[in-house]
Amino acid sequence: MGAPARISTAVPVAAPRRPPPLRARSISHWLHANLFSNAHNTVLTLLCLVALVMAVPGIVRWAVLDAVWTSADGEACRTALGACWAVVGEKYRLILFGTFPYEERWRGWLVIALIIGLAVVSGFRRFWSWYLFLAWIAVLVVVLVLMLGGVFGLRRIGTNEWGGLPLTLLLFMGTVVGGFPLAIVLALGRRSRLPVIQALSIGLIEITRGVPLVAVLFIASVMFPLFLPGELTIDKLLRAQIGMIVFFAAYAAEVVRGGLQAIPRGQYDAADAIGLSYWQSTSRIVLPQALRVVIPALMNDIIRAFKNTTFVSIIGLFDVLGATKAALEDPRWIRFAPEAYLFVFALYFVFCLSMSKYSESVERDLRKGRNF
Amino acid sequence: MPEGNGADRTGADGIVELRVVNKWFDDFHVLRDINLTVGRGEKVVICGPSGSGKSTLIRCINRLEEHQEGRIVVDGTELTGDVRAIEQVRRRVGMVFQQFNLFPHLSVMENLTLGPVLAARTAQSAAQSRARELLERVRIADQAHKYPGQLSGGQQQRVAIARALMMRPRVMLFDEPTSALDPEMINEVLDVMIQLVEEGMTMIVVTHEMGFARRVADLMVFMDDGEIVEAAPPEEFFTRPSNERTRAFLSQILTH
Repeated sequence: MGAPARISTAVPVAAPRRPPPLRARSISHWLHANLFSNAHNTVLTLLCLVALVMAVPGIVRWAVLDAVWTSADGEACRTALGACWAVVGEKYRLILFGTFPYEERWRGWLVIALIIGLAVVSGFRRFWSWYLFLAWIAVLVVVLVLMLGGVFGLRRIGTNEWGGLPLTLLLFMGTVVGGFPLAIVLALGRRSRLPVIQALSIGLIEITRGVPLVAVLFIASVMFPLFLPGELTIDKLLRAQIGMIVFFAAYAAEVVRGGLQAIPRGQYDAADAIGLSYWQSTSRIVLPQALRVVIPALMNDIIRAFKNTTFVSIIGLFDVLGATKAALEDPRWIRFAPEAYLFVFALYFVFCLSMSKYSESVERDLRKGRNF
Repeated sequence: MPEGNGADRTGADGIVELRVVNKWFDDFHVLRDINLTVGRGEKVVICGPSGSGKSTLIRCINRLEEHQEGRIVVDGTELTGDVRAIEQVRRRVGMVFQQFNLFPHLSVMENLTLGPVLAARTAQSAAQSRARELLERVRIADQAHKYPGQLSGGQQQRVAIARALMMRPRVMLFDEPTSALDPEMINEVLDVMIQLVEEGMTMIVVTHEMGFARRVADLMVFMDDGEIVEAAPPEEFFTRPSNERTRAFLSQILTH
């Protein structure tokens, strides 16, 4: 017997590079792949179709065809079968500005424009640096001057008159601008080697996370003044703002801590080896990487902070939701609360959806390992 | 021996001096009575099985790890808890890591200039021209604007060497600089290291590249289980090691 014949073979070639085969992209192909790929999916697709056919005409008739778009006193709405969008047209000033003095509304509009404008600018990653944070602080100051007045010939407007969208946006901005640095400090503090700092950070984080926001706001508005000497009073809005900042920071600190833990030890080694101090390596090496990783999770907290601004209405501040509720106390319009609330719903939805979509795009870039 | 003279200066003995250094990780005795002197301009190669303490040893030399007993003196400065002394030593000692440890969010240029600009307060423009000069030397001048993730492992490690050289260190530490590289990239890194050897840099290298070690080392050190088991010039070390453990280790890594 000779040696067994060799089975293993490989074929050397010289094959040129070429593009991948095209995927079928026709509509019927898409329908088949996504809606009718098997019996189970086909049944589900048909059921959804039936549900849509049953629901959509009714909704369209109520919301569009039979709806009343304008009516100065709501009379036209009383006889109509559809929605009364006139309530939005009549009450939007109150919804958007609450009790803010009518003739000073331009200041409110300017505040809204400044905050939204800077938020949009912040979305461009090429502007991301510590300077952007300074810009937020600068805008915060400008916004406060605009709202409060009393300088530059602006009429003074007390915080008890603030309301509506400027108040909502200001509370939101104050929460994030104030809470974000506090979150970073708490996260670093929790990892500190100094026991006192570590204990303080853990204590603040855990206590705050252990109580509901409503309780924090009640403590800030009702109990906190009891502990202060009588002559010292802190504005109710400011107290609520501080409560919201601490609440936001406690949650965000845990998110940031997750990012800090994702930094490999080698990064600290390299920073130490080239002679960077703790603060240099923290601000230039550790935090820029840790924060990038946690942006999606942080956006989650930021969106929640936006929605949490509605809680201030329970301590008597008129944010958008509170102002809407107040506007609907008008007996002529009280019946049309659903339409007004749908408008507010849409307003919140647009803000939250754009933040969430933005977060998705950041996440996509992170996944591709792109640098920004 | 400079012992007992009370001063930090250890005279002309060596630029790096370790005297009876001991270190523990919790209860584990990871460095045991380490005595090592590295002469100015000399090359010391440390080898040994994994877990033998060789990485920990060189990480003690720039205080990435703290030793608990004994003295470590680098270029006349003793490493104690004193932060100023640690900063001074770190400015004079460059380090290259197994995993490169480049800063992924910074460009190659920023990786190089960050240390000098922040830690040594060098002007940005001076740091950049120094960086360009070094990138030229490690033959990746054209990659200065790229990010580490866009480079091959060999290129990243050459950037890391350039980064370590930015502050004109008097000693270079290499912690298994080629262990994480694909085989075809090992030589490009070793070539840069040989260039440094020829320029007379003081080098302490932990490596398993025995060909490189035999070629450049003034002293071969074999560590096992936290101890220096054998120390000899390469010729003697590779041909007639005196210790049984050294022979066993060499026979394991030199076959195939």
